[in-house]
Amino acid sequence: MTAISRRELLAASGTGLVIAFFIPGRAEALLAKKPKPLPPPNAFLRIGTDNTVTVLLAHSEMGQGVWTTLPLLVAEELGCDWSKIRAEHALAAPVYAHPAFGMQMTGGSTSTWSEYDRYRTVGAVARELLIRAAAEEWKTDAAKLRVENGFVIGGNRRASFGQLAARASALPTPKKVSLKPPEKWTLIGKPTRRLDTPEKITGRAVFGMDVQFPGLRTAVVARSPVFGGTLKSFDATDAKKVPGVEQVVQVSSGVAVIATNAWSARLGRAALKTDWDLGSFADASTDKMRAEGLALSRTDGAVALSKGNVEASLGKGAKRVEADYEVPYLAHAPMEPLNCTVKLEGDHCDVWTGTQFQTMDQQVVAQVMGLKPEQVNIHTMFLGGGFGRRATPTSGTAREAAEVAKAANVPVKVMWTRDDDIHGGYYRPAFQHHIQAALDAKGRPIAWKHTLVGQSILAGTPFEPMMVKNGIDDTSVEGVIDSPYLAAIPARRVTLHSPRRPIPVLWWRSVGHSHTAFAMESMVDELAHAAGKDPLAFRLEMLKGSPRHSKVLQRAAEKAGWGRALGSGRAMGLALHASFESIVAQVAEVSVEPEGDIRVHRVVCAVDCGQPINPLGIEAQIQSGVAFGLGAALHSKLTFRDGRVEQSNFHDYQVLRLDEMPKVEVHLVKSHAKMGGIGEPGTPPIAPAVGNAVFALTGKRLRSLPFDLAWS
Amino acid sequence: MKLVVNGREREVDAPPDMPLLWVLRDVLGYTGTKFGCGMAQCGACTVHLDGKPVRACVTPVSAVGSRAVTTIEGLSPDGSHPVQRAWAELDVVQCGYCQSGQIMSAAALLAENPKPSDADIDAALSGNICRCGTYQRIRAAVHRAAELKGGA
Repeated sequence: MTAISRRELLAASGTGLVIAFFIPGRAEALLAKKPKPLPPPNAFLRIGTDNTVTVLLAHSEMGQGVWTTLPLLVAEELGCDWSKIRAEHALAAPVYAHPAFGMQMTGGSTSTWSEYDRYRTVGAVARELLIRAAAEEWKTDAAKLRVENGFVIGGNRRASFGQLAARASALPTPKKVSLKPPEKWTLIGKPTRRLDTPEKITGRAVFGMDVQFPGLRTAVVARSPVFGGTLKSFDATDAKKVPGVEQVVQVSSGVAVIATNAWSARLGRAALKTDWDLGSFADASTDKMRAEGLALSRTDGAVALSKGNVEASLGKGAKRVEADYEVPYLAHAPMEPLNCTVKLEGDHCDVWTGTQFQTMDQQVVAQVMGLKPEQVNIHTMFLGGGFGRRATPTSGTAREAAEVAKAANVPVKVMWTRDDDIHGGYYRPAFQHHIQAALDAKGRPIAWKHTLVGQSILAGTPFEPMMVKNGIDDTSVEGVIDSPYLAAIPARRVTLHSPRRPIPVLWWRSVGHSHTAFAMESMVDELAHAAGKDPLAFRLEMLKGSPRHSKVLQRAAEKAGWGRALGSGRAMGLALHASFESIVAQVAEVSVEPEGDIRVHRVVCAVDCGQPINPLGIEAQIQSGVAFGLGAALHSKLTFRDGRVEQSNFHDYQVLRLDEMPKVEVHLVKSHAKMGGIGEPGTPPIAPAVGNAVFALTGKRLRSLPFDLAWS
Repeated sequence: MKLVVNGREREVDAPPDMPLLWVLRDVLGYTGTKFGCGMAQCGACTVHLDGKPVRACVTPVSAVGSRAVTTIEGLSPDGSHPVQRAWAELDVVQCGYCQSGQIMSAAALLAENPKPSDADIDAALSGNICRCGTYQRIRAAVHRAAELKGGA
């Protein structure tokens, strides 16, 4: 099924009788600082005369489950029949701006907590209107009516939501609605299966890559083999001889080969001759960058945190520990390679893409096409994984597709191959950490001096002026400066070097935490062993001022059976890390094969994310986060030689496969804390938990990722 | 040339070296079969030829011959294949992009081996990458599908 026909189908199901509610007030009040226009009708919810309830999503479904979670929040208040609920990505529009970030986007593990009030309010307003409609029709007091499973009921009368929809739509929106108290919840907190499963197990789900319509062409783009390179010239003679190739056009990112199908486009690109000025990065290598980073890490950088006299305290320590931790550049490598379809038609432009950044995409395409943003329709398709990669501040994927469509004057899908994806930049930046710490005579940490070296994700983006302060990109040091362990150490100093390199870098699932958790939790483990203390007891001692963290760590340890005897050849390691306002502890049980391969058998997780909405989804996200982080811990790295990325596909950029998946257990820790995120917090602790287990088993401390026991 | 796809004979006009994946997707419009790597590394493009799993991204269409092609769209008319039912029951999917390939690999495994062990599942499905890491539920769902198929 094509995207076009899918949309037509959706429109037809309404048959013009679909009514719309619009939701004022409450969500706006959350961010009341700047006035916003009232949302247009049908912004968040449609109730059809056939009783279907369609929830429009302000966020993108990329596996994390918003397709189910946001409808669940609406349904909890609305009281509809869950089997009649549908979800749909909303077109990009200001009304769908993220309640906390002010632009339409998905990321930062924020969708659920940021929409918790807004989507519940949507349901509550609709419920109120349906009840009033019934009261009007039955000439009775609204207070005597109730909703149940898609009906308004009063005495022995009942009317379905579909029957009441038209009348309800004509009523004025209530000024105030009340939300159900938690004890009346029937959906929130209960395990609920996903709504997108039927489409995704039958091949019917339409991802960006699957968009097809008559006249659509497919393009691939030849880009500079070295970041920062520029095109000198190209010769398309041979490319144009490939059957199916129709046009070859130059765009700002390179040369696009446009064909009737993807295969011809790829053959055409292979036949294309390009000549590049590779620029100054052409002699760059991983070895050189590492050496520069190591030297920098011995010098003081921009100060991110400083308390007490760290040098004096280091000097006073009874025992001193010094270590270097290191992580490589990483690609997100979502299963669906990047793609974007653009069709310019008269005074408007349609864009179909799996994106995390609708607002940016809309503005960028409008700019390329010389249109206003509201003349650009962004149709969000299912995302075949995101992990941050589809949220580029430059909206490069959309910009490039718009440029190709404009230059070629045809509707076009620009698709990336896996090689394009691995070579295409926007990586998790490599980071080096140099840490010196001191213990007093009783084995208590008294000083921690920490220098980080790594590219800033935000430097050079539109976010830089807002989010980089005094040389500190918070995403570089998150997880260090807010560490509960550091809070317990009297003298502490954290400084940061952010070398500028032409390598595009980006948030990669858990962002800075993807490396800071590794450095922090490995170093704390080193200190525990240096102090001659049990790693759990040592941490709990340090976490005395952080009861939530402490409780989560204890829960994981207890469920894993910390301290119990394991069979020979196995050991446990633990790690605790808070990110995106949730706290996760993990205990990993590992063994090591004779040739040095690390096997992770079991990972016991304890999670405090505040109020759980869908425990089944939380379990899935934690398992997912562990798998993502474990693949990086065991396998993934990008290296540079002669300015070129040396890896190209899943044979040399390895990720976790099924035979390496540990048994992951997820235990929720009850808490009344503010709701946190769940898409990312499962990732950070796994690398240190595994590294700490390997140390317990072998006595070898692994300080760089991916782990390489054979070489260390 | 002629291809039999999901029980239907189709006349296909495509160069002989075009991989079956692109014939299915771009010529015939079966977009349930996914492109992930183009070199048989990820399994997203897995389809059946006479019931055997193959990577469509490296299978030239000319090599298919008279073998019957089954894609995710043709695995069952309504999503009721035991593997699909087990996938739904255990809430396996996340982003879903790899799942057509996972399901086709799992269905082929169960056709050969009605009661696969964990090691059998490892061997049959480790060629299918899932970046969302749904592996634990995939493993459980293959076992569940075996039960459903066996009428347990």
